[in-house]
Amino acid sequence: MKTFAMGGVHPEENKISTTAVIEEFPLPKTAVILMNQHLGAPATPCVAKGDKVKVGQLIGKAEAFMCANVHSPFSGTVAKIDSCKDAFGLAKPAIYINVEGDEWEESIDRTPDIKRECTLEPKEIVDKLKEMGVVGLGGATFPTHIKYSIAPDKKAEYLIINAVECEPYLTSDHRVMVEHAEEICIGVNILRKALGVPKAYIGIENNKPEPIRVMTEMAQKFEGIVVEPLKVKYPQGAEKQLINAITGRRVPSGKLPIDVGCVVNNVGTAFAVYEAVQKNKPLIENILTVTGKKLQAQHNYHVRFGVTYSDIIAHAMSEGLPETTGKVISGGPMMGKAVCNLDGPTTKGASSVLVIDEGEAERAVESNCIRCGKCMNACPMGLEPYLFSSLVKNRRIEEAGTHNILDCIECGCCFFSCPANKPLLDEIRLGKNLYRGILMAKKK
Amino acid sequence: MTGIWSAVLVLGITGAIFAVVLYFVAQKFKVVEDPLIDEVAEALPGANCGGCGRAGCRAMAEAFVKQGNMEGLSCPAGGAEVAKKVAAILGCTPEEKEPEVAVVRCNGTCANAPAKTHYQGMQDCAFANSLYTGESGCSYGCLGLGNCARACQFDALSIDPETGLPVVNEDKCVACGACVKACPRGIIELRKKGMKNRRVYVACRNKEKGADARKSCSAACIGCGKCAKTCPFGAITVENNLAYIDFNVCKLCRKCVAECPTGAIHAVNFPPKVDRPAQPQPEQPVSQSQAAPVNDGSTTNA
Repeated sequence: MKTFAMGGVHPEENKISTTAVIEEFPLPKTAVILMNQHLGAPATPCVAKGDKVKVGQLIGKAEAFMCANVHSPFSGTVAKIDSCKDAFGLAKPAIYINVEGDEWEESIDRTPDIKRECTLEPKEIVDKLKEMGVVGLGGATFPTHIKYSIAPDKKAEYLIINAVECEPYLTSDHRVMVEHAEEICIGVNILRKALGVPKAYIGIENNKPEPIRVMTEMAQKFEGIVVEPLKVKYPQGAEKQLINAITGRRVPSGKLPIDVGCVVNNVGTAFAVYEAVQKNKPLIENILTVTGKKLQAQHNYHVRFGVTYSDIIAHAMSEGLPETTGKVISGGPMMGKAVCNLDGPTTKGASSVLVIDEGEAERAVESNCIRCGKCMNACPMGLEPYLFSSLVKNRRIEEAGTHNILDCIECGCCFFSCPANKPLLDEIRLGKNLYRGILMAKKK
Repeated sequence: MTGIWSAVLVLGITGAIFAVVLYFVAQKFKVVEDPLIDEVAEALPGANCGGCGRAGCRAMAEAFVKQGNMEGLSCPAGGAEVAKKVAAILGCTPEEKEPEVAVVRCNGTCANAPAKTHYQGMQDCAFANSLYTGESGCSYGCLGLGNCARACQFDALSIDPETGLPVVNEDKCVACGACVKACPRGIIELRKKGMKNRRVYVACRNKEKGADARKSCSAACIGCGKCAKTCPFGAITVENNLAYIDFNVCKLCRKCVAECPTGAIHAVNFPPKVDRPAQPQPEQPVSQSQAAPVNDGSTTNA
């Protein structure tokens, strides 16, 4: 069975919410829609205070190149356009909506029938994705239409669908594959058409037997889709590692997947593409796992963006947050970020609300590096995290740059494997930020 | 015996040959350096703090000698004393510069801005700043992880464990500006030392609207503008919900301090206020007033 060649770790899987069927999350009374829910520049609000909006109506227009449209996930009145503190406490431009009823745009097809035929041309598909504000739902929220606007001198050979879900705890991709296999396959074929490639590979780790079975059965009904079970290893869901696992190719330092002829999309994105292209439904919701060892019930929800984390906690946990909660994490335990403002709204990138217990959340006491090299063995990019640690601490940032600090994918394997509990990932993230600053200054 | 003589002979001859070669090479590649540079470098403090914006004291000495006078160049660490010495070597008049000191413009003590979250990541302000707002929820306030204290070459800054804020030791601070550069939130400012070391400043950087600012810190500047209205000299401007006192205009009357509803304005090194003192008591010696300053929650030490 295939897997990627270099590094990797095996964290405890803890996928305890795999059997929780996806539920519809109830509408909140008020919602806050952030204008930058994606990688890049924020969208520009195109509604005014007091306007009535419908579900699916465009409220934030993408004006910059690296930007995506934002649509209203709710119907109601625009209460105000102001800045809002997001889940990490940072002020972001946002539109506040008082939710009234649930009135959808007429153009959206809300029937449960599955629409299989896609008559659009590749160019039209990309335009449609742009119009519908589709972004990558694997976590980086990269606008999908930009990924599909491939430079003329490059050619895609493989479409790879990332259904690895290598992060512990998360089960949203697992559930969407079990419940919406056909829609995903249609979505994959739409993407395949947009790229003009003969085959699409769906990579699934073999700790998910049910999705592998369901998807393999479904893929047989479609031409050009291959389900590829993969050996379990974190971070297989990282773009470059997945390419390596499936095709054996390696993305060179500083290059993009398209440079080795690959385009990678998350399985959740494939589902969103199906809804956007076939059902005319903009990206207004996502599947979100609410999980934690101490929670009485595990959930997978269809959550519309703009619901706050405290809304989700209030609904999912009838008894409230467990008293021994140490952290609430948006995303998985390896790459996710701890939420410091629970009144912050969810965004397009949110894939889970993970409640971690005090004992597990506590960071162990840091001691000195003993040069054991475990971080180097674990690094899936072949970097030297211990070296970055000391270089960044002493602010020798350019030297860190020459050792390819920007190649770090921030998977956290080094921190996970460090016996001295050094905050290696924190140091590397800081180093990357500072080095990017230096490069920007040099450009000017 | 002959063994020793041959060794002495061989070594002596090779030594002589190398000496001749080295002499000519040294003549050919001689670097002519102004002897003044050495002299000026000797006069500089030699701490290599980088406060002047150059790579170190030697580089600064070269800049001094290259320019030939002291216009626009100054060693913040050395101050007036070093300036005099350098001026004597260069044969010019030293540039007059009022002494400055680092001032911490944040009021977010553990009591004023209680922690709402708990941070365990890398103990580095620059990293914490890129990650989130800070434990108190104020995205403008001090993170208290001590980048400024680490940047200080003169041991003048330390983090007070009680308040969680940096404390400037005014005697040691040479206003080199290293801490100003190190702070990712621009909290530290170099302000003029002022008459008798007295200063009035807004100890807050929060540009949020008043209500939002108060949510995270009870002593935040809420941009109400009362101070600006009270100031008889027009030294205070309010911009983006934040007041700023221009130290070139401020006459240290302290009317704004009394007016500020949140106590965001700090007055340091003033003698303790008696009921209604018309003027500072003339019989009170200056040294004593400096030794026992009014420290109304301020962040600086005398």
